[in-house]
Amino acid sequence: MRMIKRERISKKDAFRIRSTAIIGSLILSGLFIFFLGHNPLDVYLSMAKGAFGSIYRIKDTINIIIPLIMTSLGIMIAFKMKFWNIGGEGQILMGALFASYFALNFSTLPKPILLFVMFIAGFIGGGFWAFIPAFLKVKFQTNETITTLMMNYIALNLITYLQYGPWRDPQSLGFPKIANFADSATLPRLFGIHIGWIITIIAVVVITIFLNKSKFGYEIKVVGESQDTANYSGIRVNRVIIRGLIISGGICGIVGMMEVSGVNGTLTNHVSAGYGYTAIITTWLSGLKPAFIIPVSTLFAGLIKGGGFIQTAYQIPQSAADIIQSMILFFVIGSEFFIQYKIVPDRRNAKGGEVNVS
Amino acid sequence: MKKLLLVLLSLILILSLAACGNDQGEEPSAEEELTVGFIYVGPIGDGGWTYAHNEGRLYLEENMNVKTIYKESVPETQEVEQEIRNMIDQGAEAIFATSFGYMDYIEKVSKDYPEVAFFHCSGYKTTENLATYFGRIYEPRYLSGIVAGLKTETNQIGYVAAYPIPEVIRGINAFTLGAQSVNPDVTVSVKWTSTWYDPAIEKEAAVALIDEGADVIAQHQDTTGPQQAAEERGVYSIGYNTDMAEMAPEAYMTAPIWNWGPYYVEQVQNVIDGSFESHQYWGGIEDNIVELAPLTDLAPDEAQEKIDESKTEILNDELLVFEGPIYDQEGNLKVEEGQNLSVEEMLNMMWFVEGVEGNIE
Repeated sequence: MRMIKRERISKKDAFRIRSTAIIGSLILSGLFIFFLGHNPLDVYLSMAKGAFGSIYRIKDTINIIIPLIMTSLGIMIAFKMKFWNIGGEGQILMGALFASYFALNFSTLPKPILLFVMFIAGFIGGGFWAFIPAFLKVKFQTNETITTLMMNYIALNLITYLQYGPWRDPQSLGFPKIANFADSATLPRLFGIHIGWIITIIAVVVITIFLNKSKFGYEIKVVGESQDTANYSGIRVNRVIIRGLIISGGICGIVGMMEVSGVNGTLTNHVSAGYGYTAIITTWLSGLKPAFIIPVSTLFAGLIKGGGFIQTAYQIPQSAADIIQSMILFFVIGSEFFIQYKIVPDRRNAKGGEVNVS
Repeated sequence: MKKLLLVLLSLILILSLAACGNDQGEEPSAEEELTVGFIYVGPIGDGGWTYAHNEGRLYLEENMNVKTIYKESVPETQEVEQEIRNMIDQGAEAIFATSFGYMDYIEKVSKDYPEVAFFHCSGYKTTENLATYFGRIYEPRYLSGIVAGLKTETNQIGYVAAYPIPEVIRGINAFTLGAQSVNPDVTVSVKWTSTWYDPAIEKEAAVALIDEGADVIAQHQDTTGPQQAAEERGVYSIGYNTDMAEMAPEAYMTAPIWNWGPYYVEQVQNVIDGSFESHQYWGGIEDNIVELAPLTDLAPDEAQEKIDESKTEILNDELLVFEGPIYDQEGNLKVEEGQNLSVEEMLNMMWFVEGVEGNIE
């Protein structure tokens, strides 16, 4: 047996593979749920209800959708250049850190000004954190998968250090917690959800236009297709990569700002909540298209929220809920593989000795 | 492939139908009985802090006709706020949040839901409908210190502790005073882990203390990690939260333990009767919310007698644990002869008694 990359796949085949995968995942995790002593259909229904079953739950799920969409948008720009930015998590954290610096030290500024400054600071923080691996890549050809990943841990430990040390709230009686933000540093709400959702909608539109209509968007595309072509046509590849990554990280940094200001009300080392990693999957599954990021992120947020819901509703242990989520994920990602590749019997070992050239 | 899927799919359907028969009523529904939510900082299988609270929850279910729901491993961040709102969304009318770091978040949520009764374990902030509850665990800690003080040969006891907050510091001080009451030469070395729940880090800290010469390990942590370190290194240990004898049969001697069940039953009854009021509960040995676990064979022979004696004195208010003279690490007299610390002073304790080695920072 061996794998062959598919030239193209008909819509019908793609649909067949995807639906088989989804049914397969539901069956396998259904068996698992059954052995936990619950009715699988009830649990699935309950998952959907837990994520989208009431206005309150939909709002809660939107709170997860917002950072997922934004982070996916950021990561997508890097992925379009075939720059594998695994550092969304760290870029979110650094954006959160930069924004928090202003929230904690300039809380007397008027609210709109302070929020604007925090917004810019978030972009700079995340952009700076993505610039470093981008620079290392173009100067020394370092593997960006490793450097961006490692930068996550540096960011995480930097915030942990600040939380336990210099930034610790003196009023917390020894408990390692950074002070809560003043009201002037808190994102306002509209329809019960922090206005990050408006920022997100704007970002989706702006980035779609930017990628499709602007010269820089075109350059990003060409660099992703082939660096040689880009060089040949006079595009300064290194500059495109560095600029693209600053934007990529900057958008992730804005996520950090929105999370500290709109959701957490302070900076903690949990602020990124794994969005940087989940967004890698959502970006990939959306086929690097901004429009598809929205439904995919919604689905994932539903999976996260619904998974949390069944824990309390059915008293399923957290680890078991995680297993159900991962099984579904495994099948969905697996199906993408079969859409890109097909498995054929290896005929070289067969008697005829015919070599398959493809 | 299609056939296989079909078979599996029908299998699931059959299983679902079979499950329908006996699993009725698991979906949260608006039934008469009260729903009580519990929020845990670790998994219920931690064998320590969360395990003890979950035992209390099970005791509540056994003794009252209420429905309980819980969520494990909720970090001390804004996530707890969401979790509380989710539980209320699922019908909870009383919430028990069982970790110190939940304080600011639960205070905030309690104001949004005046009709829900909130209980926060180990915090100090209350609102109209947010009560705090905790126990004078320092009393059994003092008693466990006696066991450690009698057992140690190197006169060095290691203490693995989570965060330098008054609750933990008070425990370390009580433990040290207990150990000194039977062995004036003893010192207690403290290692901070900066986590309530992390078996690996807790264990590592205990190993480091043993390497520095400690031959008895005590802990203010949620897991049995330090117990396992003692077991592996062949030294002795004092547990915390629950009886940890099974986790370290060759090391464990006793533990200050929690017994939350009766308090949960009493308070939920109050909620049902409509007589719930915000309060700050801080029960001691006499209330049975805290106690010392039975001594194992590894405890020194004379320990039982000494403990019974001190326990009686505590029950009769003859022994108050923090009674003078008490000196701090620098040798300053903090509590004068004949005086003792007020509740206020105990709740804000941010200094170590003489004989503790370690810094509050």
